[in-house]
Amino acid sequence: MNRDFLNARLLAGAIIVGGVCLMALISLVWTPYDPLKLDIANRFAPPGPRHWLGTDQLGRDVLSLLMRGAVGPVGVSISAVTIGLVVGATAGMLAASSGGVASYATLRTSDFLFAFPALLIAILLRETLGPGMLNAMVAIGIFYIPIFIRVSYGASLPVWRSGYVAAARVAGRGSLWIATVHVLPNIAGVLTVHTSVQLSLGVLAEASLSYIGLGVQPPQPSWGRMLLEAQTLLPISPLLAIAPGLAIMVTVMGFNLLGAGLRQALDPRGAFIPESEAVR
Amino acid sequence: MIRAFAAGVASLLATLLVASVVIFAAMQVLPGDPAQVMLGVNARPDTLAALREQLGLDQPLAVRYWTWVSGLLTGNPGVSHTYAVPVSDLIAARLGVSLPLAALALALAVAIGLPLGMWAAARRGRAVDRGVLIVAQLGIAVPNFWLAMLLVLLFAVTLRWLPPGGFPGWDAGAGPALLALVLPAVALALPQSAILAQVMRQSLVDVLAQDFVRTARAKGLTRGQALRRHALRNAFIPILSVLGLQFPFLLAGTIIIENVFFLPGIGRLVFQAVNQRDLIVVQSVVMLLVAIVAVVNLLVGLAYAAVDPRVRRAA
Repeated sequence: MNRDFLNARLLAGAIIVGGVCLMALISLVWTPYDPLKLDIANRFAPPGPRHWLGTDQLGRDVLSLLMRGAVGPVGVSISAVTIGLVVGATAGMLAASSGGVASYATLRTSDFLFAFPALLIAILLRETLGPGMLNAMVAIGIFYIPIFIRVSYGASLPVWRSGYVAAARVAGRGSLWIATVHVLPNIAGVLTVHTSVQLSLGVLAEASLSYIGLGVQPPQPSWGRMLLEAQTLLPISPLLAIAPGLAIMVTVMGFNLLGAGLRQALDPRGAFIPESEAVR
Repeated sequence: MIRAFAAGVASLLATLLVASVVIFAAMQVLPGDPAQVMLGVNARPDTLAALREQLGLDQPLAVRYWTWVSGLLTGNPGVSHTYAVPVSDLIAARLGVSLPLAALALALAVAIGLPLGMWAAARRGRAVDRGVLIVAQLGIAVPNFWLAMLLVLLFAVTLRWLPPGGFPGWDAGAGPALLALVLPAVALALPQSAILAQVMRQSLVDVLAQDFVRTARAKGLTRGQALRRHALRNAFIPILSVLGLQFPFLLAGTIIIENVFFLPGIGRLVFQAVNQRDLIVVQSVVMLLVAIVAVVNLLVGLAYAAVDPRVRRAA
């Protein structure tokens, strides 16, 4: 790995994202206090040596809540992007290979899905899947599918026209084999960059869904839910609202920096995404 | 241009037709009988049956679908179970809050984002440029509902300049109603304006590096003249596509922000309706929102062709 690859944004993004993921993983086995344990006598404790970030309206340790609360946004975002990436990239690559009816149908379906914001999908799926992390994952995942279809379709179109793909066809290889062995490695860079940018959007989307009650369900903590509960307590304890919001913002920035850094490292000439459209 | 328009409209109609089937189907698999929810668990079987008949729930699926869709087309999709008023009246009243809010937010986002982006591009590489880029990075990462809470904390709780939430209604006069929309609109607009500023800056920087701008400068135009007469028009093309891409986020944001500020708009309506199993309201509102997104996508595509002759010729 040369020095150009490790640019400052990539490094900063990787440190933030790595830190948040590590925190989420650690919280599953250890937190300073049990994040679900109520201690009413000790509610609204200010930050201090015992509770670094204080306690909330039910006496729960805010730092522990914040650590466990990372599981929802990070977990949902990663699973949703995985759904979108696997389904969307497969469909996009195969659509680019065939042309004709299958290709037209895939692109039209993708346009159709584009008219459904993730929030509406979550509302439609809420009763079927039950409100919770699964609903958020599937809703955001479906929302990602057309994005990855478009990206992989456009990127793989020239690869399918190349000589080595024609050679593989003559050798009797099927489309799926060619897509996996020849096309995928060629568009992996584009997909990597888009994946990290979409992960930041996933964190925001999960936070919004949990905030309006369509994501992580109580008593499990989640940054979005913590903000919902803190809203009515704003005048009494602003810190309860500030901490989870900052956590969301830093995580989103981390994924954005990682995406920008990856783009600079893998795509210095801006061929993957026109710079002007790379914002999200 | 006319052919592109016809193709766009045909694709829009197909999208709406499929969307209506998908939305209707999604509503049918909801567990929980609306009649049961309305009457409670202790309802007598004959009362339940009577209510189902009154709501039309005893009809076959195809008939109910056709009743709903033909109702949508004639502007009367049905009667809300919980509010006991026509769905069209309900939606019209709620749009009176949501549309001004979305319009205000969009206008603010454009008014803040575009000039900032132009300013940064004109001073590329200097302190102003770096400052704008850093602020925009922060703005993009801020969840709008958290920004809303911080704004409430500052302007409503601490300074007491603006109301923290609720809506007095337009009957009380435009002044109080607009005041109630200020904080929600700002919370929606700031993250959007950060995106617009970034896109505007990058787009203008790209255009300014092109040959025709150099030619214009060589003809003797000042930097400002070249920017205004030649670069801006070209730089607006990506802005259009980003506005189109961001629109669903603005819409979703409006739904969430309405819940933060307890505004009686479309967003709160759909959430209350989901909780009360008011299916006809949920499916009609979701259909309306999907239709709005689809129409905006079509308009953006057409505007693209109108602004850029290269797209027009390709189509």
